Amino acid sequence: MPAPELLKEGGRQMTICNACRYCEGYCAVFPAMEQRRIFTKADLAYLANLCFDCRDCYYACQYAPPHEFGVNIPKLMAELRTETYREFTWPAMLSGLFKRSGLGACLITGAALIVLLFLVLLFMGRDVLLTTHIAAGAFYRVVPYAAMTVPPLIIALYGLTVFLIGAVRFWRETGGGLSTLLDGGALWRATRDAFGLTYMKGGGAGCDYPGASFSQSRRWLHHLVFYGFLLDLASTSVAAFYHHFLAWQAPYPLLSWPVVLGTVGGVGLLIGAGGLLYLKWKSDRDPSAARMLSMDVAFLVLLFLTSLTGLLLLALRETAVMGALLIVHLAMVAGLFITLPYGKFAHVVYRYAALVRYAIEQRRMESGAR
Amino acid sequence: MADLSRPFDVLVVGGGNAGLCAAITARRAGARVLVLESAIKDFRGGNSRHTRDIRTMHQAATEYVTGRYSEEEFWEDLRQVTGGETDERLARLTIRASEELGDWMAANGVRWQKPLRGTLHLAKSNLFMLGGGKAMMNAYYDTASRLGVEVAYESEVGEIDVRDGEFFTASYGGSRQEIQAKTIVIASGGFEANIPWLKEYWGAAADNFIVRGTRHNQGRMLKELLKHGAKPVGDPRGCHAIALDARAPKFDGGIVTRLDSVPFGIVVNRDGRRFYDEGEDFWPKRYAIWGGLIARQPDQIAYSVLDSKALPHFMPSVFPPLEAGSIAELGATLGLDSSALAAAVKEFNRAVRPGAFDPAGLDHCRTEGLDPPKSHWARTIDTPPYYGYPLRPGITFTYLGVTVNEQARVIMQDGRPAKNIFAAGEVMAGNILEKGYLAGFGLTIGSVFGRIAGREAALYARA
Repeated sequence: MPAPELLKEGGRQMTICNACRYCEGYCAVFPAMEQRRIFTKADLAYLANLCFDCRDCYYACQYAPPHEFGVNIPKLMAELRTETYREFTWPAMLSGLFKRSGLGACLITGAALIVLLFLVLLFMGRDVLLTTHIAAGAFYRVVPYAAMTVPPLIIALYGLTVFLIGAVRFWRETGGGLSTLLDGGALWRATRDAFGLTYMKGGGAGCDYPGASFSQSRRWLHHLVFYGFLLDLASTSVAAFYHHFLAWQAPYPLLSWPVVLGTVGGVGLLIGAGGLLYLKWKSDRDPSAARMLSMDVAFLVLLFLTSLTGLLLLALRETAVMGALLIVHLAMVAGLFITLPYGKFAHVVYRYAALVRYAIEQRRMESGAR
Repeated sequence: MADLSRPFDVLVVGGGNAGLCAAITARRAGARVLVLESAIKDFRGGNSRHTRDIRTMHQAATEYVTGRYSEEEFWEDLRQVTGGETDERLARLTIRASEELGDWMAANGVRWQKPLRGTLHLAKSNLFMLGGGKAMMNAYYDTASRLGVEVAYESEVGEIDVRDGEFFTASYGGSRQEIQAKTIVIASGGFEANIPWLKEYWGAAADNFIVRGTRHNQGRMLKELLKHGAKPVGDPRGCHAIALDARAPKFDGGIVTRLDSVPFGIVVNRDGRRFYDEGEDFWPKRYAIWGGLIARQPDQIAYSVLDSKALPHFMPSVFPPLEAGSIAELGATLGLDSSALAAAVKEFNRAVRPGAFDPAGLDHCRTEGLDPPKSHWARTIDTPPYYGYPLRPGITFTYLGVTVNEQARVIMQDGRPAKNIFAAGEVMAGNILEKGYLAGFGLTIGSVFGRIAGREAALYARA
């Protein structure tokens, strides 16, 4: 539950925006705002998750600080989004993780590394870490196949459950039964807007990111991260298919689908996450919320390290460091996926839900206007 | 920081739209240009930072305008609002030159917004800046800096040395440094933020005026030019003033403090009495007379009184209305004599004739036997909760300026053009707009004359 002061501040700033409306060409937040006159907690949760933090409105705002009205929408929305993530997550006792993303990511990844190392030493012996393994099944001589697949599956299913609960809670809270979700047109429009990052285009000019001049770089870097992530998921899925249905064990040749997809995705992630981290580092802190920034950084660092160790593993898989690298890479993957439901990745769920709601609302309005 | 001891080709006083258009144009023509801006960087851009759209002539619809807006239509609109009080030669020059503004502005970094709900009523004639006037000014400052225009903030010009229609030096900043330039472009706006000056015409009432735009429009350069023999233009008393929420900040409240509720209820003064026909015409055609109307009421205050039926029909304002369950209670909340307000509402309600209410048209919901009457949108005020907004005169700009010719050269008292003194924007808008206002036309005048001034100043300086 967001603090009452934050909700009050949200209502205050949205009321100013609603009397101005100069920014309505930038993104979806303002047209959605124009449909309202008062701003409830649910409205603010919805609007905050429609905001892609492009900051165009901040630099265009005649009421931004030091004006006495002190309008700072990107910061306000980022603060409200962190509250959304905390409020709608499950179980409530873990929502505190959103507050300490950096620490959480470090501790969990570190713990994963220690546990993995300990288990490998205990069950497989030190020698597997010092030997060169080649040929089919090489990885599984360090970490057995079952150990490499079952825990991640459980973690992934757990994460999916948490997000499903969050999505349902968010949808209900922001006004609408689940049946309204079954709207093909709206789902299509939201999907298009999500996959194209429509609202990072700022009405054509791009984001004011990292500072007060327009650039498309944040959008392209985000594309690299997003599609890199998808390619890596595809790589893993193809590999699982090979393993189970073709009885073909990793490591796969350099020109196989899993390796090609994984490498392209990994390089995309590396550049994308690295680039976004650089932009964050350079970014103007005035329109940002500290808690959201640390959440962003924790997630991006994990993505970056996961793809870095994955690519290194590929490059060095036929040397004696493979065993150690594999353990480090798996620890990064574990850290990434365990923290997934309680960190920045949550934005995927709530943004998409907000985009669907926006698509439904806009169509209703357009047909009403006719 | 630039080397300010070397003489500049063009000194631009004022970093708003007109000033930046002049600076960019002069710089592109090869001149060494300095812009002196009074405000801190965050508040740069004068009143232009509060603008939204610009009126331009165009031959056909584009992605950003919904139809053709011809020279004759434009001229006719201008003639109507000014009642013919305009210099037709300069007005037509402005209108014709506005045709290329859309492309010129885009080439200098300004981005346009497609017509959306909030902009549709002007989408045929006006181009809307994506993000509004501050975004436009940011684009201009970026372009200017890329081109090598020097800009100094917090640098108000104090005095200018002018002899016999020729400019020599200007002093600026707290330490009154001297600056030398071959030409000067005055683009520093009007004097609407100078309350003592306004008092010369309005008396003590001016203390209760709220200034919608920048606090920096003190009219200092206007006064200097007039002192040095520039020929004035426009009614010195004249100002564009609207009905503003009385709770607005004294300066820089911009667009959000205006109130569009007037046609949907009644407006009473301090004594609880109505004083003008609230439904005389469409609000966009009437809002600009309400500043003056309120300025002439006791204590320069008025109250817009509505019932809950009226609420959905106007843009939300930044301050919530005061609310009460009964008219008497609302009167007390507003600090009015409750019985006087109740009597005014009762008298009004009795005079309302039945009719089909239509907020989008001049409907025939009117009063009968009421003085002053309400000619349209008159509906009885009878559905609680009741709402009230306190209103003050909100001054947007002043009309007094200096006379210029087609080259934006300032004309002196004897009718001769000044040698190297140019003016653009609000300080000379009175040549074209002696009264009234057309939405987005202030920016048109500023952009057209800013470009002309920049071009002519560079030409003179480099000759």
